[in-house]
Amino acid sequence: MPTLVSHPDEVKVLSKRFGLGATNIDRYVELDGYKATQQAIEQGPEWIINTMKASGLRGRGGAGFPTGMKWSFVPKVSEKPKYVLINGDESEPGTCKDHLIFLNDPHAIIEGAMIAGLAIGAKTGFIYLRGEYRYLLNIMEKAVADAYAKGFLGKNIFGHEGVDFDIITQTGAGAYEVGEESALMESLEGKRGVPRIRPPFPAVVGLYGGPTVINNAETIANVPHILLMGGEAYAKLGTERNGGTRLFGISGHVERPGVYELPMGYSLRKAIYDVAGGIRGGKQLKAVVPGGSSCPVLRADEIDVGLDFDQLAKAGTMLGSGGIVVLDETVSIVEFALRTIRFYQHESCGWCIPCREGTDWIKKTLTRFHAGGGNKKDIDNIQYIAENMLGRTFCPLGDAAAMPILGFIKKFRPEFEEYLAGARVANPLIQIQPVGEHELAGAH
Amino acid sequence: MSAIANTIFSPELAARFDKLVTIYPLKRSALVPMLLYAQDEVGYVSDAVVAEIAQRLDLLELDVRNVLSYYSMLRTKPAGKYNVQVCTNISCMLRGGFELLDHCKHTLGIGHKETTEDGLFSLEEVECIGACCWAPAAQVNYDFHDELTPAKMDAVLDTYRAREKK
Repeated sequence: MPTLVSHPDEVKVLSKRFGLGATNIDRYVELDGYKATQQAIEQGPEWIINTMKASGLRGRGGAGFPTGMKWSFVPKVSEKPKYVLINGDESEPGTCKDHLIFLNDPHAIIEGAMIAGLAIGAKTGFIYLRGEYRYLLNIMEKAVADAYAKGFLGKNIFGHEGVDFDIITQTGAGAYEVGEESALMESLEGKRGVPRIRPPFPAVVGLYGGPTVINNAETIANVPHILLMGGEAYAKLGTERNGGTRLFGISGHVERPGVYELPMGYSLRKAIYDVAGGIRGGKQLKAVVPGGSSCPVLRADEIDVGLDFDQLAKAGTMLGSGGIVVLDETVSIVEFALRTIRFYQHESCGWCIPCREGTDWIKKTLTRFHAGGGNKKDIDNIQYIAENMLGRTFCPLGDAAAMPILGFIKKFRPEFEEYLAGARVANPLIQIQPVGEHELAGAH
Repeated sequence: MSAIANTIFSPELAARFDKLVTIYPLKRSALVPMLLYAQDEVGYVSDAVVAEIAQRLDLLELDVRNVLSYYSMLRTKPAGKYNVQVCTNISCMLRGGFELLDHCKHTLGIGHKETTEDGLFSLEEVECIGACCWAPAAQVNYDFHDELTPAKMDAVLDTYRAREKK
């Protein structure tokens, strides 16, 4: 079972029910559960959307789009049914926050989905979990069944005539790409998870062709708390244009890895050295990947930055999914870059050529480079390939693969050059494959 | 009574599938979960599984295979009874994921996507499984095992071996 951690600097909004037995519906109701939904039914869609806009909540999946604004884009009148889709396909390396929400507070996700449904006029919500999260799907299914049994879901919820909401839980079967919103809809429609071109955006033409709001599980779990505490109060917890708190998963070479709920804008340095207890074994910090594997790396001298979308963007990287991966001095960036691109090459769905070919060529080149078969052109070549992937694909997977690679080369170019000159990883983790003529043929 | 005569699935699973195809606005939506649940029971997605699921969803077998080939958890060949999936992605890599994988290769005597002779275990190096803060992590079938060391991994494997002896 995942260990729950705690630190005095945490501000627990979303995680306040963690570890309190809130998977039990009665316990959840005791802990102010389902109050927000009833309030939302009484106050109506306009109030919900205004509260969400005032909260400054931005999408926790990675893109950071303002949630209230996203909901307001859904047309009021639609011939086709509207849908709410909760993205629990958490797959970004370094990210395990939704895991804890499903495990500890499944009803918050149900409530958030219901409130989103009330806001946009949808009567059906889907909760999609990655296939590996089977035990969490079981928890979610039980929570949904309990909510139906209490009359919180289904027809005339909480006794309100004509207010209906249904939830369907669903599992994937192993695919990073399906975490991308349009590929997620494809998967839910029983197809290969390849992205759709936009426009039209899902708010207009989404699932089954109907207007659809797609929110990350953490985003949606915040919603009931925001309605209860008020949008402004939530916004004040964070920084300008970055309302509230967020779950940060700190992993890698720290003393106390774990998922911590910190206010937006909290110092990255403090998150690593205070909250997570500093670098394991008294070693030196080398680098940080601040928001999941697709975010460009920061060097040890660049961590005096606040953890919000805008400050990290200014620092040339991203807040992404809030997965902070900490690397100590022993890590070879060449090897870390290779492991990163291996992932994206494996997960590229192959739909867009720049991503399919780009990830494959960078992986091939880095594999040979790592094995000692690098040549002078490789570093520039990798950069050239990555630059040509950026912005040239249907979905952000191409960017997600290119950006970290460009970051590694930009920030640690001397290390690549030393490697080329003969420096090697003392204890390679990734098995070095013998370099033959065939592999070298791909060198230019 | 299953909606399909001569179903290859257990009565429980057949009944579950009968219901699953009715809950979505389009019944094809049941395809991905059906493939996974069928694999859980049969051990892999066999030709017979493909045929029956296609029939249940009014799809061509080709449509089913097209989707089947996309998802990494779905397999078309049998695996061991307990599929050991070791994550070596970045967070696990930093805390010993590769050592854990090597240890499993060594103790089980098999490589990536191979199965032990007794059919009990198979081994897979997998991408991020969403347990980064509790790294290194592995899954055995759907069970998560966190904060592993080679010694803890041995103990984990022993619990599955013990389950077989009962």
